[in-house]
Amino acid sequence: MYVARVTETRARRPIVPFLRLPDDGRAPYLAGQRCRGCGAVALGRRLACARCASRDGFDEIPLSGRGTLWVYSIVHQSAPGIPVPYVAAIVDLPEGVAVRCNLVDVEPKPEAIRFGMPLEMTTGTSQQDRDGNDVIAFYFRPAAEGARS
Amino acid sequence: MRDVWVAGAGMIRFGRYKDRDVPDLGGEAALQALDDAGLGVKDVEFLACGSLFQANAMVGQRILQQIGQTGIPVVNVANACATGSTAFRDAWLAVASGEHDVAMAVGVEQMGKMGLLGAAGGGSGVRTEGVVGSGLMPAVFGQAGMEHMRKYGTTQAQFAKVAVKNHRHSTRNPLSQYQTEVALDDVLAARVVAYPNTLYMCCPTGDGAAAAVLVSPEKARQLGATVKVLASVLTSDPWSDRDLTFPDINTLTRDAAKRAYERAGVGPEDLDLVELHDCFATAELLHYENLGLCGDGEAGRMIDEDETTHGGRIPVNVSGGLLSKGHPLGATGVANIFEVVQHLRGRAGDRQVPDAKVGLAHVIGLGSACTINILGT
Repeated sequence: MYVARVTETRARRPIVPFLRLPDDGRAPYLAGQRCRGCGAVALGRRLACARCASRDGFDEIPLSGRGTLWVYSIVHQSAPGIPVPYVAAIVDLPEGVAVRCNLVDVEPKPEAIRFGMPLEMTTGTSQQDRDGNDVIAFYFRPAAEGARS
Repeated sequence: MRDVWVAGAGMIRFGRYKDRDVPDLGGEAALQALDDAGLGVKDVEFLACGSLFQANAMVGQRILQQIGQTGIPVVNVANACATGSTAFRDAWLAVASGEHDVAMAVGVEQMGKMGLLGAAGGGSGVRTEGVVGSGLMPAVFGQAGMEHMRKYGTTQAQFAKVAVKNHRHSTRNPLSQYQTEVALDDVLAARVVAYPNTLYMCCPTGDGAAAAVLVSPEKARQLGATVKVLASVLTSDPWSDRDLTFPDINTLTRDAAKRAYERAGVGPEDLDLVELHDCFATAELLHYENLGLCGDGEAGRMIDEDETTHGGRIPVNVSGGLLSKGHPLGATGVANIFEVVQHLRGRAGDRQVPDAKVGLAHVIGLGSACTINILGT
């Protein structure tokens, strides 16, 4: 009984509903909801399009793992228990939607961060949930040299 | 809709009142406003009460338990940081519509040292704050300032000058939570909360209350009220390209300003003073442009040239602003109106803006709600 419990495979769950974690070997990706009426892309489920109010529904599209930095703030003081400093960023994706995320693999200093810098998505285990599952988070980091952007 | 007048206003000093509760603080401001108007609680026909963190605790009714239970209709309002100013607008509507001749708005909050808003961990036990960026106000308003830097080359020092100005203004306001000056070098050398805002560039938490009595034209004549509500506008976010990911504090403020100026029949050039929502120093510069006090990209120059300092072209936040006067959430919107009313009546003491005839009070609550009230004599 004890052995069975420790060898049980822990489940992985995404930190937000729009992060997809395919179990067929494909890389994790963010999913957008594209309005069939006007083409606006939203993150997460909506009843109707927030832009045009169409109720024709949405098509789920995979969002590119690439983007550019719109703006950021370097957070040095946060709620209790949250490690600081970190870079809180808004990243524009080529599909016409922006995403809020942590910018990683950069020094948390204004001199090290450039508006418009090309970025790429990465994922990692951020924490365990109450049931002991791994919570997978997405982050953006400076794009590798020569990467498409 | 008919004209509405502000017959009285009251405000307690912002700060910390550990031994008192919310209805007690709100009741004191309400009694001040009634005394100021020359009315009693039995004259009040409608009460709108704004209190954000006790929004489900029937604070308006409990205030009447403190000052007189007359059985009038009471609504309790919550609208983020625009809670108090939304209550003011509800009271304005109650009179403007012709339904009531005397209405009161109370804004009250007790925050103690609750710290940063929106603490971590939801019902799922999964923490997203600090992992998937930040939804907390310091980061959001840091990013909003960075957007202005990106577009116009605004500097951290220009944002910091807002904190210097508002702290200096507050030394003349006995109702301000803090009343001390801070030098530019000290603002810039202070610890960073969320870049580019340092400690002095972030408003404090605190307790406070403010109230206003709004009346019909006939009551205004009887009472000799001199301050009229020229416009009372409330907006929410229209859709934007970075919708929900990056709260847009600009568009809904611009929408509100446009409607308010049209309604009031005045323009930004007619304003004698502005109390605007400087929850963070970065926000104040953005709102110079959003309210049309200067052209786009000119806010940095405006603060450099002291145009918004007391005595300047258009004084902004002569009360000390949220940065120094304090920001007890539900109280803030009514307190801004209290400040404008004092100036329009020539009763603002050492900080009086000379010959003030038209003033604007602006509040934004993230999520988002924006109110603009323009008052005139």
